[in-house]
Order: sequence, then C-alpha cells, then structure tokens
Amino acid sequence: MKRFIGFIKKEFYHIFRDKRSLFILFGMPIAQILLFGFAITNEINNVEIAILDHSKDATTGEIINKISSSKYFSINQFIEREADIEAAFKKGEIKAVLNFEKDFSKNLIKEKQATIQVITDATDPNTANTISNYINSILQNYRQGQNKDIKIAYQIVPQTRMIYNQELKSVFMFVPGVMTIILMLVSAMMTSISITREKELGTMEILLVSPLKPFQVIIGKVVPYIFLSVINAAVIVILSIFIFKMPVQGSLFLLGLESVLFIITSLTLGILISTISATQQTAMMISLMGLMLPVILLSGFIFPISSMPGALQIISHIIPAKWFIIILKGIMLKGVGISLIWKETLILLVMTLFFIGLSIKKYKIRLE
Amino acid sequence: MKTIGYIIQKEFRQIFRNKGMLPIIFILPILQLVILANAATYEVKNIKFAYIDNDHSSYSRELIEKFNASTYFNVLTDFSSEAKASSAMLKGEVDVLLVVPDYFERDLRKEKYTDLGVTSNAIDGAAAGVENVYINQIVQSFNKKLKVELMQPEDALRIPVNITSIPSFWYNETLNYKTFMVPGILVLLVTMITLFLSGMNIVREKEIGTLEQINVTPIQKSQFIIGKLFPFWVIGMGLLTIGLILAKLIFDVPMLGSLLLLYGYTSIYILVILGMGLFISNFTDTQQQAMFIAWFFVVIFILMSGLFTPIESMPEWAQVITEFNPIKYFVEIMRMVMLKGSGFTDILSLALKTLAYAIVMNGLALWSYKKTN
Repeated sequence: MKRFIGFIKKEFYHIFRDKRSLFILFGMPIAQILLFGFAITNEINNVEIAILDHSKDATTGEIINKISSSKYFSINQFIEREADIEAAFKKGEIKAVLNFEKDFSKNLIKEKQATIQVITDATDPNTANTISNYINSILQNYRQGQNKDIKIAYQIVPQTRMIYNQELKSVFMFVPGVMTIILMLVSAMMTSISITREKELGTMEILLVSPLKPFQVIIGKVVPYIFLSVINAAVIVILSIFIFKMPVQGSLFLLGLESVLFIITSLTLGILISTISATQQTAMMISLMGLMLPVILLSGFIFPISSMPGALQIISHIIPAKWFIIILKGIMLKGVGISLIWKETLILLVMTLFFIGLSIKKYKIRLE
Repeated sequence: MKTIGYIIQKEFRQIFRNKGMLPIIFILPILQLVILANAATYEVKNIKFAYIDNDHSSYSRELIEKFNASTYFNVLTDFSSEAKASSAMLKGEVDVLLVVPDYFERDLRKEKYTDLGVTSNAIDGAAAGVENVYINQIVQSFNKKLKVELMQPEDALRIPVNITSIPSFWYNETLNYKTFMVPGILVLLVTMITLFLSGMNIVREKEIGTLEQINVTPIQKSQFIIGKLFPFWVIGMGLLTIGLILAKLIFDVPMLGSLLLLYGYTSIYILVILGMGLFISNFTDTQQQAMFIAWFFVVIFILMSGLFTPIESMPEWAQVITEFNPIKYFVEIMRMVMLKGSGFTDILSLALKTLAYAIVMNGLALWSYKKTN
C-alpha cells in the first residue's frame, strides 16, 4: 500500500512538473466553454437578404421596413431583375430573396390577397427553413395589424407554454453538450496517451516488473487524472452558472457525483484505447478521429437523436456522452433526482465496468 | 530535389508499414462519412405526442386525429390528468402535450373561438420552435375546415386581408440535409486527418530524439520539411477523392461546378492545415501537448465553421474569429462549387484569403522551425 501511494505521488509530481501541459489542460476547456457559450446559437440573426420589388408601393415599402427593422434580417441589396438573383446567390452574398408580385397593394385591396415569393438558398436547409418560417411570422404579424377591426370567426388559438426553457435559449442546449465533449475527450485522450507513452518510451515494462501489480500501475496512472478532470468539471460548472446563467434546478451534489462517474467512464475508455494501440500516435488518432465526430454528432449535443434513422438511434446508445447529456439536462434544467435518471447512471456504470474488464483482459494477454 | 524524393519515399514507407495506422487513416474517416452524414439533421421528426381530452366531443377527437395522421408526431398517448402528463414529461417520455379544454366544442359553436393548451419541452429551443410551427399548421388547417362547416351568412362579410408567402428553396428543393452535410463532414475529415498527422509527426521525432540525428545530416531543413509534409498532402487529396466518389455514389450529392476548381482550392487549403501542423509541432515538446493543442483548435474550427450553426448569428467579435477559421472557408467553397455551381470568379476572394493564409502560416512555421533548432 505504501509503495502504491508512493507511486501515485510520483505520478502527481510528474504531471504537475510539466507546467506547459497543465496550462493547456486547464486553459483550453475554459477558453472553449467561454467561446462556445457566447458564440454558438442555432437561432438566426442578421441574415443578409435581397429584395426584388415589382410593385414598389406603399404596402411593400411598409413590409420591407418591418422586415429590415427586425433583428433577424438585414437588407444587403435591392435587385431589379429576376435574372440577377442567381448571381447574388452564387457569390454567396445573400441567403434569401423576397420577391413581391406586381400590383401588390392593388391586389391586397381588391382581391384581399397578395403574394410574396420567398426564395432561399437551401444549400443550408436548416437556415433556409428557419428564414422561411421567420418571414412567415413577420407577415402574419403584419396581417394581424391590418385585420385589427375584423374579428375572425371560428378560431382555435393554441396557447403555447414552453417548459424547462421558456425563453428558448440555445445556450441551455449547448452548455451541457460542450461540457460533455470537453470532459469526454480530454479525459479519454489523457489516459490513452499517457500509458502508450510509457510503452513507446519503454518505461512501461520497467513498471510492470516492479513489485506493483499491473492494476495498481493503471490505477496509479488514472488517479491524478481523475483529480485533474474533476477540477476541470468544477470550473466548467461554475462558469456555466455564473456566466451563462445556467440553472441547476436539481442537486449540485448529484451533479458532482454524476460528473465523477462520467469522468471515470471516459478515463477507462482512454485506458482501453491505450491497451489496443502500440504508439502514442495510434492512440491519439483513435481517440481524436474515432471519438470526436461521433461524440459531436451522435450524442444529441446538436442534432436531435429522435429524428435520426433507426439504425443510428441504436448506435447512439453506445455513445457514453449521450447518457451524460441526458443526465446533465435532467439535473440542471428539469431538476430531476436520481429516481428519474438511475437508468442512465446505471448504463454509464456498466460501460465503465466493461471498459475496465476489457482492458484488464488485454493487459493479461500482453504480459504472458 | 533527389534528396526530397528520398525523404518522401521514406515517409511513405513508414506510413504504409504501420499497419495499425492505415485503417485509421483511410477506413475510419470513410466509415464516419457514410454513417454520420445520416445523423446530422435538424429535421424534427418522431415527436412524442400526448394529449388530455377534457371535452370528449366529436371536434376534439377530430383535432387529435389530425395530429395522429401527421407524420411528424407519433407515440400518441392520452393522459387522464395533468399530474400524470407532467411527470411523463419530466421523465422525457413526452415532448408535446395538448390539452383540450372543457366546452371546447360548445365554445367553438357559440363563441366562435376557443383556446387550446399546448406544452412543449423546450430544452432544445430550436426543436421546440419547429414543433410549434407544425402544431400551428395543423390547427390552422383545422380552423379552415371549421370555417367551411360552421360559417353563418353574417360571417361572410368579414373577410380578412391575406398575404401569402410562397417558399421556394433553391439549389436543394427537398431540403435534403445530406446534400449539405456530406460535403461538410468530408471537409472535417480531411482537415482532421491532415492536421493530426502532420502536427504529431515532427514532434514525435523530437520526442524520440531522431530529429537531432536528422539535423546533423546534410539535408536542408526546407527539404526535410517538404519531404515530411508532402505525403500528408497526398493523403488529404486522396481522402477528398474517395469522399467525393462516395458522396456521388451513396448520397447522390450533385457536383454542379468544376471539379478542377475544387481540387485546385483543396490543394491550397491543405497547405494551410499542414502549416498549422508544423507550427504546432514547433511549439510543443511532446506528442501529448501537440495533440491537445490540435484538438483545441479543431473543436473550435468545427463548432464555429458555419456547418452546424449559422455564422451570421454569432456576435460580431465571434465573427471576427471565424475569419481565421480555415474550415469555414472550405465548407463555404464546397457548398458553392458543388451545390450552386459557383465558378472561379465567385470563389476568388475566398480562395485568395486561403492562399494568403497558407503563405503566412507556412512562413511562420518555417521561421519558428529555424528558431527552435
């Protein structure tokens, strides 16, 4: 036991002596969460659009005014001919064109009906769709203003209540996601490379012939990293609460425990990667190339899992990050306790044990 | 020239000798392109829908039936009380809850107006917004039907003015996400592979100690660097080629513009990334440090590239940062050339910025390389 503690101490010294790495380890996640928390949003703002007004009358002027004064759109140019639309799109100057029909005002008064064509650059389907919806709701508002005196008969009016995130802030979606990516990748990378490093430099064999048992060696290597990652997690949570006003409706204690569990899951995944790779380069490529995109895309961080094809929904089950994101959102935004997230917790626990079991098995083969 | 040739030959041999790395360089990215392109969709489908019908009238049933018939909503459940419904919502079993009030039908007939309660789980604000649009559409169409059925003679006088907007989605009429995501993900994969490989490569020689051996040989530093980086440039171009073929064959992504233009641009782009890799190598002592720094930048590049979230919506200062994001340029160019058929003059300003970036980055890398040795 004394030897073991001595070994852990040595590992701690080893890590803390390398000031540069420490700076990177702590500095990066803080920079990232600040950057992303402020910058990333899937709302749209200031979208550059063009106007093609065949009518140029009072009503179209009024509508154009409404649209340009909203924070969603800014008018980049007025186009005179239909033929010029294509060129503007190809240069990438604008994302949409509003095409007002001829005699717009006249039609509205006579027929009580006028038409606007909303042409969007749908190479980015999400933005195109959102633009289309936003223009629609601005038009609807305008219409309601015009129809003030007329009480429309036979209306069912939905009274919508958005719960858990009334203001539809996208930062509430991104903070748990970013926290998950950072913890997962930093933890997995740290262990995957620190053990392969010893292998590559030849010092692992020395450790393995020492009186310490192999599992003690591994635990000794992991403990300092648990410590580092927990500090990282704490810093991220504190930043989220104080800077992004992320609520923690549930228990902070539970949040802490779950984070430690997830950190251990990620660290053990790193150990598994290190057992199957011979060099640091391989370990790094597996943990970076293999984990980064799947974690970003399949965890529900940005894209809703329920909209994915069935096969991908099944694959998403094996991404630990998916479960941690559910847990984080549950505790932070919904305020649930362990009784509602025990299943996700159990899954992470089982994954951790699985990674440990598999790593031990692989190590034994190596030693024989 | 001969010396460079030998180094290149040696580097290629080293890469291809390492059997563990080959699948990671070629198979893993291809697999991810094929699989992950299907995951990246903002479409909101399979919304878990529940309702409480307090009216039990023919209209309330008909309205709920409309939701049932919609392809967006499924797993229709009815709850007997609000308490049960909200606990299901807390568990995540329900996304949207519709509450039909008492006297729903009576109010509609008599008052010509009634409310409808809708509760959405809004943790994913964007998805909640889309759900709201769907719900409104269904209710609107139901309203129209009501009007026809219940219209009285005196109502005919009140016709409101109506402005119709006709959406027209150019370059991707069906709003197919894969058309957009496949080129984007290909960009990410090419960038990651070339950056990680080059970033780790030279620092590895430093860590193992072989860099010093090379420095005492008559090989010039520029020869050495070109020889080292060239194979990664080839790998990047190769990956692009495989990716484009798969994009066409599997996802039927259009290629409206010039292939030559795309390759020309990519050949400059990869130089930017290789310069970065070299720069990272120069400023780190161990592969671990190099890896963390490469990871730090790649995550920023990916999330601020405009691929997943729009750049225009970012605050001004963040948009300034994206000017230094190579992935942003590449994603933009891919989109323009492949999907819109933009030509040389359209992409010229973006391409020039990339070229300038490549020159500055490689200049810095070479300069710092000399300094550290």
